[in-house]
Amino acid sequence: MTTIASLQIGELAYISEESLDEIPLKLLEMGCLPGAEVELIQVAPLNDPLYICVNGSHLAIRKETAAKIKIIKAK
Amino acid sequence: MSHKKTINVALIGNPNTGKTSLFNELTGLNQKVGNYPGVTVDKKEGSSKLQKNLKAIITDLPGTYSINPTSLDESIVLKTLLNSKSEKKSDVIVVVADIENLKRNLLLFSQIKDLEIPTVLAINMADQMERKGITLDIKLLEKELGNDVVLLSVRKEKGIDELKKAIVNTYHSAKAFPLCNVNNRIDPAYFDRLKEINPNYSIYELWLMITHNSFPDTISREEKSALLNFKNDSKNLKKYQHKETIFRYQKINEILKNTYLVDRSKASDLRSTLDKIFTHKIFGYILFFAVLLVIFQSIFDWASLPMDLIDAGFANLSSYVNKNLPAGVLTNLISEGIIPGIGGIIIFIPQIAILFLFISLLEETGYMSRVVFLMDKIMRRFGMSGKSVIPLISGTACAIPAVMATRNISGWKERLITILVTPFTTCSARLPVYAIIIALIIPDQKVFGVLNLQGLTLLSLYILGFATAIIAAIILHKTLNVKSTSFFVVEMPDYKLPSFKNVFIDVVEKTKAFIFGAGKIILSISVVLWFLASNGPQSYKDVEKNITENVFHQQLSQQEINQMIASSKLENSYIGIMGKSIEPVIKPLGYDWKIGIALISSFAAREVFVGTLATIYSVESDDEDITTIKQRMASEINPDTGTRRFNFPVGMSLLVFYAFAMQCMATLAIVKRETKSWKWPLIQLFGMGTLAYICSFIVYQILS
Repeated sequence: MTTIASLQIGELAYISEESLDEIPLKLLEMGCLPGAEVELIQVAPLNDPLYICVNGSHLAIRKETAAKIKIIKAK
Repeated sequence: MSHKKTINVALIGNPNTGKTSLFNELTGLNQKVGNYPGVTVDKKEGSSKLQKNLKAIITDLPGTYSINPTSLDESIVLKTLLNSKSEKKSDVIVVVADIENLKRNLLLFSQIKDLEIPTVLAINMADQMERKGITLDIKLLEKELGNDVVLLSVRKEKGIDELKKAIVNTYHSAKAFPLCNVNNRIDPAYFDRLKEINPNYSIYELWLMITHNSFPDTISREEKSALLNFKNDSKNLKKYQHKETIFRYQKINEILKNTYLVDRSKASDLRSTLDKIFTHKIFGYILFFAVLLVIFQSIFDWASLPMDLIDAGFANLSSYVNKNLPAGVLTNLISEGIIPGIGGIIIFIPQIAILFLFISLLEETGYMSRVVFLMDKIMRRFGMSGKSVIPLISGTACAIPAVMATRNISGWKERLITILVTPFTTCSARLPVYAIIIALIIPDQKVFGVLNLQGLTLLSLYILGFATAIIAAIILHKTLNVKSTSFFVVEMPDYKLPSFKNVFIDVVEKTKAFIFGAGKIILSISVVLWFLASNGPQSYKDVEKNITENVFHQQLSQQEINQMIASSKLENSYIGIMGKSIEPVIKPLGYDWKIGIALISSFAAREVFVGTLATIYSVESDDEDITTIKQRMASEINPDTGTRRFNFPVGMSLLVFYAFAMQCMATLAIVKRETKSWKWPLIQLFGMGTLAYICSFIVYQILS
């Protein structure tokens, strides 16, 4: 399954419609919506948390959360 | 419509939008920090003149991304907004947004609008538009939103007057209608039934009451139980909240499509360059530890001079009052209870202000979020969150503001562990105690030619404090059975130059909050201790007579006799009796009843230890100089062994005791307030006390 947790640094993707129920409300509210563009900017040492840019918001989220958000990779 | 002379205005907005800067700009230093009724979060209020004859009381609500709360700070926003029918309701709400994240900021705006409260949208950081390649059609946006919109640049002091005008206009027109009508889009039948419960409230308000179990006082019991019935289907609630958010963003995208344009090619890449350095796997940590070193170094270097001055100033004031006011109980209360009590609070101001200065700078620049990002995984292994780093650093000045700084940690267990272990970090009140004991038992010599042995001991105590905090956290993490869902999301704001005004006001406000919060407790305990030390049973009252009679035939100067009286009075006072009664318990640690008194007094604040010993060893108060106390302590003999009382084993045992024991009433009170129960402060008191006792016992028994 492709999720935000499987992105490489600098890689772009779109959040998939199917993960809507999995995304915590807080993240939705911060712009992490289905269809939104997401880019992995940086990974913290020890590989967690992840620093992403989604819908123009720069956010740090934990890997466990990122692993719940399915994506479709940009071509 | 009646026009009051004073109206209530609430500022609400995402973190990092410059909301607090705007608050500072509107109110200046006309601010006060109060409490929200029934909750622990500080309420920041200030007044601002909107126009002739019209003043506004402005409330700065905690920063939040939405009115659906996930932390204590954020739940305040919801509570305040739901009380829209009460006396203290907001007449106008100003939603502060920043131009770069306008889309996300409008989500909060759309939620507020649906509460049907008159609202002004203030878009800040307009000066950044060009640099970020943003164009905005204000007129069209106002039309689409059906709401007043003001462009601001708080840092450049632009747009403030326009905002004031817009607040006044909005207040007079009292326009209030929903923006999104979410109910029609999700499940109209469900929401229609909801509306029937109390038509005075907007559907969105009723919906928020259900989803967050937060009911204003104006809701009757029947209405409340009817609302709770709607809650049963909790799966749908969550689904509806998701749908609601998606719908809001659809609406926002529609509105912004023609009004807000971003040319990404113009965006600067300063941010990504700095991020690469600050969050680098190696340099990131090196830089962070360098920052910490600078902070600790400055706390010591910059604070020592003002602290010495304050110490000397209060000692002089005390003896001045003693000499110049008519002798009596009242004078004693002032000179021995109140003045040293206030001095004991004021002395912490330099260190605390310097620490707040650094924390404020790190937060203003945006660096603190990077630290949270760097440290989260490591801290999680100890059951804490990346956000726990800030309280742990603050704890090196004082545990009280540190405990308050845990409020933005959303997981209850992570927050609780942070609160529980923070008092292990070496706070500034321990320093005077460490300083005098180290001076007594550790020789002032260099090892390896460069390192000072005394300094090294102090450093080890700091490391001991941090290490114990971490170990305690690991144990709590494994043993605490607390239900908590931890959710972690941190915004990484753009880097900014700090504004001098914001930093200054922040430091002043936080320091004031410390003085009035902790100060009250420290002062009242000082007064209680003074009473216990200057009153006693019959034997206390007889001291003067007995000594004067007994020493009559000896060749003693008046000063020596006075010292004997003071010392003997203390021995027979209530506190002396308390010290003697705990002597059997503390004897295995190497302490006598005199040290026992000092331990009891330390509950006001640990540094009282030094002053108490000074009184016990009857050093005259007008030369309350550390060398004199030190000499007196050094020459104190243990009658059982005939050796020095403060020898190496006793000194080490005391150092360990002060490192571990929870000897601070003010911190216990704050922990009670923040955890809303006596359970946790009591666990801290007895847990840390037991640890201190056992470790000091082992240290003393091994060394002696």
